[in-house]
Amino acid sequence: MRSLSERWNSLSRFQQWAVLIPVVLLVYALPLLNPPILSTEPAYNFPIAMFEVARYGLVAIGLNVVVGQAGLLDLGYIGFFAVGAYVAALFTSPVSGLHKLPYLAVLPLAIVVTMVFGLILGTPTLRLRGDYLAIVTLGFGEIVRLLADNVEPLRGNRGFTDLGHPPGTTDAGRALFNQTDGTPWYWLMVTVIIVVLIFVGNLERSRVGRAWVAIREDEDVAEIMGVPTFKYKLWAFAIGAAIGGLSGALYAGQIGFVNNQKFDVVTSVLFLAAVVLGGSGNKVGVLLGAFVIAYVPLRFQEIAQYKYLIFGLALIVLMIFRPQGLLGARQRLLAYGREAYMRLVGRPEQVSSESALAKESAKGAEA
Amino acid sequence: MNHQATAFLADGVSWISFDVDTLRNQFWDNTIEGLSQGSIYALVALGYTLVYGVLRLINFAHSEVFIYGAFGAYFTFFGLGFRPGPTPELSTIEIIGYLAVALVAAMLVSGATAVVVERVAYRPLRKRGAPPLVFLITAIGASFVLQQLLFIWRHGNPERAIRLLRPQEVFTVFGASVTNLQIIIVVASLVLMVIADIFINRTRLGRGVRAVAQDPDTATLMGVNKERVIMLTFLIGGLLAGAAALFYLMKIPQGAVYQGGFLLGIKAFTAAVLGGIGNLRGALLGGLVLGVAENYGQSLFGGGWRDIVAFVLLIVILMFRPTGILGESLGKARV
Repeated sequence: MRSLSERWNSLSRFQQWAVLIPVVLLVYALPLLNPPILSTEPAYNFPIAMFEVARYGLVAIGLNVVVGQAGLLDLGYIGFFAVGAYVAALFTSPVSGLHKLPYLAVLPLAIVVTMVFGLILGTPTLRLRGDYLAIVTLGFGEIVRLLADNVEPLRGNRGFTDLGHPPGTTDAGRALFNQTDGTPWYWLMVTVIIVVLIFVGNLERSRVGRAWVAIREDEDVAEIMGVPTFKYKLWAFAIGAAIGGLSGALYAGQIGFVNNQKFDVVTSVLFLAAVVLGGSGNKVGVLLGAFVIAYVPLRFQEIAQYKYLIFGLALIVLMIFRPQGLLGARQRLLAYGREAYMRLVGRPEQVSSESALAKESAKGAEA
Repeated sequence: MNHQATAFLADGVSWISFDVDTLRNQFWDNTIEGLSQGSIYALVALGYTLVYGVLRLINFAHSEVFIYGAFGAYFTFFGLGFRPGPTPELSTIEIIGYLAVALVAAMLVSGATAVVVERVAYRPLRKRGAPPLVFLITAIGASFVLQQLLFIWRHGNPERAIRLLRPQEVFTVFGASVTNLQIIIVVASLVLMVIADIFINRTRLGRGVRAVAQDPDTATLMGVNKERVIMLTFLIGGLLAGAAALFYLMKIPQGAVYQGGFLLGIKAFTAAVLGGIGNLRGALLGGLVLGVAENYGQSLFGGGWRDIVAFVLLIVILMFRPTGILGESLGKARV
């Protein structure tokens, strides 16, 4: 696996695109091709199944920023997802008393609102130790769900119907983005995923990304070396929240209906399982994890009712035998160190096998 | 837009109240009910606190350890010949006898569950020296698995209520009635907590637990068997959770349902944090405070806001006093 990713990185930008573009086109074409073995039909409509997979993919990328990049365990991610869905519902559903906005205008609004929620929750809690953060975020997720139950304007179980959708009609005069045809929604979601991937990828390679990795590996050391850890943790939290909100708004649009039933903590743990399973800190890994979590229960309906049991067992077994997930994190501090050394000296480091660094790198290779 | 926004908010007058009168009128009822609820939280919180004090691990699966105890108590009632339906007429001696049997059964089931989780999930990680995040994710996985096993066995519906004891008013405090059920729960919980406190603070095994909490490596060098101490910690936490489960089932007879431990688990953890995690007496204080605060909140804001009060309290406590009311202390306890 390591050699494959190394070989990929040694390719030129042009060569990478030459491989990527056909792959992306194939991904776009999946619902039209409906390949026989991959297909979930007749049990489950394949384009909608692919939308589900893509939805988990976007959520996993967002949660990966928080869990994988910055190393903050967020168990209330569903809360941000719910906030995004409710923003979409409140501003596009005819049942809501608020001003109506076009659906596409709601998406940036959902991003902004969830980001604000991320900041509000993050500011007091990110000063705490990691394991407390997990519980506080869990509490936040539950608070959001309970508010949806109790706050009357959020309409509890009755929910919001007839949510807005992007413009466009088919030849038959129906809306292009309707609830029965998953294909346009899938394409929209894949496009959003690509944009977000480019955005997050650039962040990772920037100063912010390096700060996140430093915090993840050792927060105290990062702080001592002058990384403003609180600021960067808050950044990770807010960006993760925003992506969660975006996916919530897209999900709400596709379903066309939002009520208080879909935002339980169990789903939050499924999101986390997608990230951890695939390999937190690795974008390709979390997409793979999301695919497994979303696709397997839809494809193999007979085991669908045991999915929580299976994924729970998978978490335990994985943590014992392969804690870095199916595909491990690509960027580690040591990798950065080597890069910096290369740039300074102009040749790869040469360390004797007895030095501490060599031992450390051997440990890194093992992990 | 402005008009719409006002209408949107004005719509909400009915869904949240700020009912000081109800709070004042039901003050003593709420306090007494809160104390009996709080002692159940406190018993479960002790499990979180002990494990956290020794391993620095939030044992997510503890809520499932609790609910397994509730099922243990339920099927003990069943095995003793009780069936869902009207409360049978029993003499006091009979009730005490049956409850004692159920108590032992529930404690054993929960204790065994806790030890199994420790052996299967956590010990392999300790052997590998895994980082804390890995422990936490494993704990979540274990919680999922335990919960789903119950779901597969008993499905989603709560077990039909079996009642042994009819709540009866024994005496009144400031006009608020105190029932025999509340007395049993509070007294029995206090007794168990005092036993746990004495065990940890006064006995040889307890000294081992405190030593490992303080410094595992040094404790090992001094001849403390660390693995055995960790097992013991899980066992004590499990036993107390089992007792809590029986009291919970007596209070809420239809409470045996597969995901029933989740909410109570978070609340008990809140209680542990509130009192100062790792601190045994803090768990007691935190549990009682949380139980009472929840009931006041319910009176003040309305029924649906009860759980929100607990979670908001958790966030507020962590913001202003993350070490809790009494501070973290299992490791720092006097020797």
